[in-house]
Amino acid sequence: MPEQPADLENTDLDGTAHDNTDPSVDGDDRAAWQAAYDATRLRDVPFETMSGVPVDPLYGGAPYPGQYPYTRGLHAAGYRSRLWTMRMFAGFGTAEDTNARFKELLRAGGGGLSTAFDMPTLMGRDSDYEWSLGEVGHCGVAVDTLADMEDLFADIDLSTVSTSMTINGPAAMIMAMYVAVGEKKGIKRSQLGGTIQNDILKEYQAQKEYIFPPRPSMRIITDMMKFTSAEMPKWHPISISGYHIREAGSNAAQELAFTLANGFAYVEAAMAAGLDIDDFAPRLSFFFNSHSDFFEEIGKFRAARRIWARWMKERYGAKNEKSLMMKFHTQTAGVSLTAQQAEINIGRVAIQALAGALGGTQSLHTDAYDEAMALPTEDAARIALRTQQIVAHETGVTNVVDPLGGAPYVEWMTDEMERRAEEIFAHLLDIGNDSILEGAYAGIDDGYFVGEIADAAYRFEREVNEGQRIIVGVNEFTEGDDGERNLLRIGAEVEEYQLKRLQDVKQRRDSDAVDRVLAKLKTEAADSEINLMPTMIEAVKTFATEGEIVASLEEVFGTYVEKVFL
Amino acid sequence: MAQEQQLRVVLAKLGFDGHDRGIKIVARILRDAGMEVIYLGLRQSYKNVVNAVEQEDADAVGLSMHNASHMTLGPKMVDALAEAGLEVPVIVGGIVPEEDVQPLMDKGVAVILGPGASAEEVAQAVRDSVAAMHATQ
Repeated sequence: MPEQPADLENTDLDGTAHDNTDPSVDGDDRAAWQAAYDATRLRDVPFETMSGVPVDPLYGGAPYPGQYPYTRGLHAAGYRSRLWTMRMFAGFGTAEDTNARFKELLRAGGGGLSTAFDMPTLMGRDSDYEWSLGEVGHCGVAVDTLADMEDLFADIDLSTVSTSMTINGPAAMIMAMYVAVGEKKGIKRSQLGGTIQNDILKEYQAQKEYIFPPRPSMRIITDMMKFTSAEMPKWHPISISGYHIREAGSNAAQELAFTLANGFAYVEAAMAAGLDIDDFAPRLSFFFNSHSDFFEEIGKFRAARRIWARWMKERYGAKNEKSLMMKFHTQTAGVSLTAQQAEINIGRVAIQALAGALGGTQSLHTDAYDEAMALPTEDAARIALRTQQIVAHETGVTNVVDPLGGAPYVEWMTDEMERRAEEIFAHLLDIGNDSILEGAYAGIDDGYFVGEIADAAYRFEREVNEGQRIIVGVNEFTEGDDGERNLLRIGAEVEEYQLKRLQDVKQRRDSDAVDRVLAKLKTEAADSEINLMPTMIEAVKTFATEGEIVASLEEVFGTYVEKVFL
Repeated sequence: MAQEQQLRVVLAKLGFDGHDRGIKIVARILRDAGMEVIYLGLRQSYKNVVNAVEQEDADAVGLSMHNASHMTLGPKMVDALAEAGLEVPVIVGGIVPEEDVQPLMDKGVAVILGPGASAEEVAQAVRDSVAAMHATQ
């Protein structure tokens, strides 16, 4: 019943009513919404159409934005108060190159830095590792030792900027380096603000940048959550990411369900380690894909907020309202970009960006049209940013909070996404003996996640191949591809420079100190009662390399090798 | 019908590259086309691939590359197979820019399949490259 969404919101899939005993977070309070809206400072722009027709901030009724279960958004005023953050992820070259770009960005008024690491760094290997050849500095910056991290953040005040770092397997070592750089600058841990992706479960399921087996990896993540809860209140220790699950081939409901299940798994792990849910849950954030099926994506985003709020409140007993509010970043679907007639990708990205905005994303990265074949050229990246600026400033969709809320199809799609996700949660609880965390381990072990993803990817591919699904420029409307490409190429100089730099650092450091701290780390790794973060920080300060720390821990934890499932 | 003998294809991802969506689809396409597929998985070394080709008596090797490291890894795989005395075609699929296609073929890669290759094109490329390899022997 779309005209009565409040009833829908309060009814479980099995038909039982939710017991919303706390009226302050119940989603049907119009007066509370109005009060919250009136108290919000709005952007200084006219909230009217292009033709001068004034528009209200909100149409339709409950559940009101800013109220449980947040289907219509986290804030009463939506984008009227603040647009989403246009966060463009980029980077390649040496630490010094990236540092220069960071400073440029900060001078231009940016308050947040986003760091991309190269493949060896992401895999926890040094630049001189066998497979690193040809990969050093390619899709991000190379970080082998603390010296690189010091160069990366030279002359930047880490007490005022927030830094986002996209890394998972070796996240603990990179976070330790960040803390150490801060200390060398005289900045306390408690002043450091930022986010580290650190979502290892989706690595086993989709992105495949894992190092250790799942359980020791979860132990490290739990150590990081404890450490940041106690010492780094401004730090977000995990960004739970569905983006890569979708890119690997899942459908929208699987992306939604696997991602939220991973979120629940981290919550269960942290609670099992003795953390209070309301101490860490407000600092969890999410990252989703925005693909081309417009209404499916919007339904997915709306369902994500609602599911998270319900589970956090009802299953895990969170009390702090902030623990119930799902914040997420969105990136348009890289996998939807075609190499054929690459320019038409601009149209795809615009539609996907619009879906992200209508789904209420907190931040957005728009892909460049030439990314199917290589890292984006500067021109293409500029067009991508301009595309989301058009959505934000020209389309008028930011004038009204959740403008599609109450539309029958949109509400149905939101419910349907939730229903499909709940089916998957039920399966995970089933194979995990009523624990989502154990279900995640079991699903990794028995090939459930990779199997579901591969099946969905194959199904899509077959439909395209058989012409049941039209992809413009690929299996229809193929005329007009001139094949001309202007691709970004990366030279070999970065690799040569980085190898020499690594050698220099190794020669200059006190290698006895390195050996001692690595031995200590191994001893501590064998005792799950000890938090590894303090010794990890000590280790990076001796200029032990990322690869050496990883190798030491592998001696205790082992190395994960994926079972092959087809 | 000489074509009736079932072809055996070893598929692998070399090095760090973890993008396995494409290679898993290719594995199913080749299986559906009646071939026997031995997918070794991620992070394989040249040696693992050589061993698999020997043990499985494979007719072709398929590599999937999405990390712009094809110019390093492709030719090295060709050389490793040649050093082991194995005459099997190496087929590269994934993201290979147009201007890299000829240089890769010059270094002994048999076929390069880009984005948008149909299921039929993928299966036919394997059959053709195996046939071409036998014709030159």
